[in-house]
Amino acid sequence: MTAPLLEIQDLSVEYVTEARTVRAVDRVSFSIAEREVFGLAGESGCGKSTIANAILRLLRDPAVISGGSVRFAGTDVLALDAEQLREFRWRQVAMVFQSAMNSLNPVMTVGDQIVDIFTTHDGVSKKTALARAGDLLDLVGIPRDRLRSYPHQLSGGMRQRVVIAMATALRPPLLIMDEPTTALDVVVQQEIMAQIKDLQRELGFAILFITHDMSLMVELSDRMAVMYAGRFVETARSGEIFDTPEHPYTRALMNAFPPMSGPRRRLQGLGEGVRFRQIPDLEQVGPTHWVAPSDDDSLITEAIS
Amino acid sequence: MTAPGTPVLSTRGLEKTFTIGGAFSRKRVRALGGVDLDIAHGEIVALVGESGSGKSTLARCLARLEQPSAGTFLFEGEDIMATSKRRATRQYRSAVQMIFQDPFGSLNPVHRIGHFLERPLRIHGAAAGRAGLERAKQRLMEKVGLPDEMLERYPHELSGGQRQRIAIARALAVNPRLILADEPTSMLDVSVRIGVLNLMRTLCEEQGISMLYITHDLASARYLADRIVVMFAGEFVEGGDSMELLANPQHPYTRLLISAVPDPRRTEPFDPVERARLRREVLTPTACALAHTAAEPCSDAKPVFHHISEQPEHWVRCGLYAPPSDAPGTALELPDDLEESPAA
Repeated sequence: MTAPLLEIQDLSVEYVTEARTVRAVDRVSFSIAEREVFGLAGESGCGKSTIANAILRLLRDPAVISGGSVRFAGTDVLALDAEQLREFRWRQVAMVFQSAMNSLNPVMTVGDQIVDIFTTHDGVSKKTALARAGDLLDLVGIPRDRLRSYPHQLSGGMRQRVVIAMATALRPPLLIMDEPTTALDVVVQQEIMAQIKDLQRELGFAILFITHDMSLMVELSDRMAVMYAGRFVETARSGEIFDTPEHPYTRALMNAFPPMSGPRRRLQGLGEGVRFRQIPDLEQVGPTHWVAPSDDDSLITEAIS
Repeated sequence: MTAPGTPVLSTRGLEKTFTIGGAFSRKRVRALGGVDLDIAHGEIVALVGESGSGKSTLARCLARLEQPSAGTFLFEGEDIMATSKRRATRQYRSAVQMIFQDPFGSLNPVHRIGHFLERPLRIHGAAAGRAGLERAKQRLMEKVGLPDEMLERYPHELSGGQRQRIAIARALAVNPRLILADEPTSMLDVSVRIGVLNLMRTLCEEQGISMLYITHDLASARYLADRIVVMFAGEFVEGGDSMELLANPQHPYTRLLISAVPDPRRTEPFDPVERARLRREVLTPTACALAHTAAEPCSDAKPVFHHISEQPEHWVRCGLYAPPSDAPGTALELPDDLEESPAA
């Protein structure tokens, strides 16, 4: 077996303030192989985006990595200095955020922003960079003349495609996608997902895919983990989690989305407030399936009805 | 009082045209092109379609936040368009309430929660006296499943789900007969969405309130609504009983929408060629699959509706009809690989 591309061991992230310390990510371990799509699912505030930011060392005060290790292709990411970090981001790992509008500069044309990536990181001439920017738009099916457009002149779906294209510009082996389609309409979402799958097949990058939408995640990812309150409660092959979810929280999360088929029945959703206080370490229940032991289905409070 | 069987709301040929652009580039966009919609007493109707399809424009016309350009509009049998806007406003606004997408933007941050419930109660005279007001507020909080103490809090102290419950309580304060809910759960966290949908269902069932639920999420429409109408480019393309419509979709646009919903249970995933074919059928219609069964002849100039079944209700707009060129744009793009599609 080859070494994984990304390997995270016992990662903990804390938000330290004078009043108190909150552990946002608590001893989380997982790895992603080359070309693998790994999904992180959970409700807002469960720590999934914090993990993404920790991998790229984008955390700012008061968040600190308080323990564990992040290794990328054998390199200790937490030990990189500023110059190495600049090289690491974009070239090794690129990130796609939820809101494309916020990750594009509104006063620069799309072309200038893509050209910037190539001239800054590859040191190529502006002319070469422009040609490569055009190729990049071809890749995501946007006409080349859009290079002269400003972000506001593009539709939401086009903007997100530009952002995804930019993330792949330096051919990084890993892309982190944090809710890349959440702000979009269903039809556009489907088109973006198809685009991501095509690109992944063509360019062969691995993806860390973050979303709260279990159905979307099961469709895209090979393996996935379900997170609750900073801890993993279950991880397995995606189909396995979908067919035989073991942890009560995983089941509740799946029940938070009405199905498109089968009889119509009342769902409980997740309710608000704390349900699990202590989540034990994962235990293996199948060849590729780990679950945090739990006997307290009753702790899932019914959504107020 | 309305006769039994009279719809709470009934529109015929409702149109709305916006004029956009400056003096030299004036353009007319037809956001709504002749909408016929009936909502029965206590019924939940879901209006689905992509962004820009005219869903919110229809809701804004129904809430009288916009003046329709043409068509008729009856509420409990009364012609709303005939009465002057100002006079009709207060009475109508208490009967028809709107819930918006953004629970962060719809509650003024400088007021305590109690204020948002007290204002409609006072203005519409639904409760009198200090004690009466307090009781009314507490009853509303109970209905939406929130503790009374929250009346003293400020909006920023509440979660998105709690705020949306306050928005619902505020709508209920005036005893509405119809609620227009415009994407009420799309900005909420997954953990609270079902709770808000369940609350809306319970309120409609218990109090006989009718609801127009506007969404682009077909799965939640299926979960909540008795009936679904699908909108594309400002016009209805298909409608009927929720379960029947989704089990047996006829219009290519409806099928495209359904195919876009992630569903790991789906046995046959939609292939891109099929999707490209559907997209082309939507944008450049050439044939009607129901021509042989149609009671009324198909037409490419006039929207004819074919009835699939009466019980459960299901109708679809003729596949031959193409919306006029001033209909709003759509996120759909014509597939580039037209010649590769089998039917081309």
